[in-house]
Amino acid sequence: MAEEKRTRSPRKKPDRIPRQEMPVRSAQDRIQDFEEVALGFDAVLAQKEAQRCLQCPKQPCVDGCPVSVDITGFIHLITEGDFIGAARKIKETNLLPAVCGRVCPQEEQCEQVCVVGKIDEPVAIGRLERFVADYERNQGTVVLPEVAPPSGKKVAIIGSGPAGITVSYELLQAGHKVTIFEALHELGGVLIYGIPEFRLPKKIVAAEIDTIKKLGAEIKLNMLIGKTRTIDQLMNDDGFDAVFIGTGSGLPMFLKLPGENLNGISSANEFLTRVNLMKAYREEYATPVKVGKKVAVFGAGNVAMDAARSAKRVGGDDTEVSIVYRRARDQMPAREEEIHHAEEEGIIFNLLTNPIRFIGDENNHVKEIECVKMELGEPDDSGRRRPITIKGSEHLVEADTVIVALGTMPRKFIAETSPDIKTSNWGTFLVDEESGETSKKGVFAGGDIVTGSATVIQAMGAGRVAAKAIKEYLAEN
Amino acid sequence: MYKIVSKEVLAPKITRFSIEAPEVAKSRKPGQFVVIRADETSERVPLTIVDSDPKKGTIDLIIQDAGFSTHCLTCCEEGDGFLDVLGPLGRPTDMHKYGTVVCVGGGVGTAVLYPIAKGLKEAGNTVVTINGARNKELLILEEELAKVSDELIIATDDGSYGVKGFGSTILQGMIDDKKKIDFVVAIGPTMMMKAVAEVTRPYDIETIVSLNAIMIDGTGMCGGCRVTVGDEVKFACVDGPEFDAHLVDFEEQIAKHHYYDEEQACQMDKIITDAEQERA
Repeated sequence: MAEEKRTRSPRKKPDRIPRQEMPVRSAQDRIQDFEEVALGFDAVLAQKEAQRCLQCPKQPCVDGCPVSVDITGFIHLITEGDFIGAARKIKETNLLPAVCGRVCPQEEQCEQVCVVGKIDEPVAIGRLERFVADYERNQGTVVLPEVAPPSGKKVAIIGSGPAGITVSYELLQAGHKVTIFEALHELGGVLIYGIPEFRLPKKIVAAEIDTIKKLGAEIKLNMLIGKTRTIDQLMNDDGFDAVFIGTGSGLPMFLKLPGENLNGISSANEFLTRVNLMKAYREEYATPVKVGKKVAVFGAGNVAMDAARSAKRVGGDDTEVSIVYRRARDQMPAREEEIHHAEEEGIIFNLLTNPIRFIGDENNHVKEIECVKMELGEPDDSGRRRPITIKGSEHLVEADTVIVALGTMPRKFIAETSPDIKTSNWGTFLVDEESGETSKKGVFAGGDIVTGSATVIQAMGAGRVAAKAIKEYLAEN
Repeated sequence: MYKIVSKEVLAPKITRFSIEAPEVAKSRKPGQFVVIRADETSERVPLTIVDSDPKKGTIDLIIQDAGFSTHCLTCCEEGDGFLDVLGPLGRPTDMHKYGTVVCVGGGVGTAVLYPIAKGLKEAGNTVVTINGARNKELLILEEELAKVSDELIIATDDGSYGVKGFGSTILQGMIDDKKKIDFVVAIGPTMMMKAVAEVTRPYDIETIVSLNAIMIDGTGMCGGCRVTVGDEVKFACVDGPEFDAHLVDFEEQIAKHHYYDEEQACQMDKIITDAEQERA
């Protein structure tokens, strides 16, 4: 039958250009430092890859993008060699293309629905986005978007992560005054304290965020809303016409197991903040970070991969780093690319393993973890097969450093001081899906504070929804 | 930049700063703290607010040179500034009328105790303060505490001033003398707070301590300040810094304080070497 089919279609398919691989540094080389792992396309690779795009009129990729980037449009400009035009095309709806080109899970979004992907590997949209954004920045040709005349309205943006930055960008362009309140000493939220330098260089984040400053946003660092000022004070005393809350999901969750407060055990948030925000890996910075010889990272999401790979870099060649996860490899929530990079860098995957308790030495420092082996049972609510403890499988795992990367929850500063904003039992803010408006008039929210831990691009998508609604609200009020 | 308006050395290695931080000065309440970063390469250091002047827009901090980062902070001069001051953080002290309260301060912990004693006095309590230090030279805030206390007992470990002895021993004496005590606040070295907790435990006297935990952001993000309180794990930065003294696991806190000893020692060595090189 197969034989027959082949003889019946003798027409030779045209030579398809394969998906272009992006150059990356070798694992041995890159674990010596915090410099970026991926090197990005050059112009030749980018144009070759861009030619793979079919320029479908239906553009399913654009629908697959939470911020509706004109993907076929920018890729077309690449084929014409207009890289700067391509970057500006993306920036019509996305201020952070160099960031998104690096950290977006394109395989679940634009690239997942790419028509080329139905017969071959999809167009490498993320790599192309990254290339044009880097090109524009490196050429020093970043231009500011046009700004509408001043509206006389001012909006407070709480939190300077992806959601807050996106809302600021949109509102500034519409002529509204924007003041950003950030609790930490740098802008960027998770892009600064969470995602490591080797995956997202901080000077790239700063360069993209810089546009907000150039467009005239007022920046107030070291302002923890709910403590330094309240939402009511901002609206009643400081004259803000609307407020956007993008405070994210910052409170780290722990395993709640005996011995978890031993020395040597920290949250991924703490470990990554020491390394990324406080730059503990650089000698001239005073903040310490400790990594022993046997590191166990609990969790299997992108944050766990970031923590494991950072620990490997801080600890050096003789540090052994393991990911300990209660389910199997296929069920790990991290991006395939991150898992692959971690494997290349020598991270050990200790799967179907669950901790029961932590055991300390005489100095109250962790030395071992008692674990059990798991097997997969029937699917649970999440659709993934439920891990079940194998009886009698208790065993000890040696570890002098433990990093817990189980996810985060919203913090309560605003909820506690603004009880008129309705929240869920989890502490996330309840908002109107179409507008992002909370139960408090003129107060909008988006990003992880609404959804719980999610992705950079989802927060940016929520920011765009809220920005549109805030513009409408300001026009009416 | 948050300008240093004044600097005063109170005792060897103990310095009082007044800093321009108008937003913090406006909203702070007794028991709350700030996180400070001196410059770009510095650590973020949590410090309790001793006093504030909302009109002048200043807050006062008392810093003990006890390691690399606090050493760098105390080297800053009047007219200089700190790069970052974030606050007020933590929950304010629950101020209400208990009756007779005993405030026990040890060493630089007295700086944390002072605004609480003042607040408790304003709330209508009879305030008895035990101001303790290793010796006379290291005693701070005597005058200020005298103003807000109905009775002030000075105690030094070596007897060089006031009564010779520890705060916890003096408190035990007061209990033995059948003095009516409704509430105790103890702030100082962890060992001292633990000792006070053990003194009041058998008599079921409500006692709180203020923990000086290691933290980075101070906003609930890192979880470095975890403390076991009874059966629960709390974050000192958002749930504290004050906790029920009878429920705190002090041994765990003591171990945590020693976690970065090696790194501290390395950094201090560097300061000494740098200073020597400068001299040469």
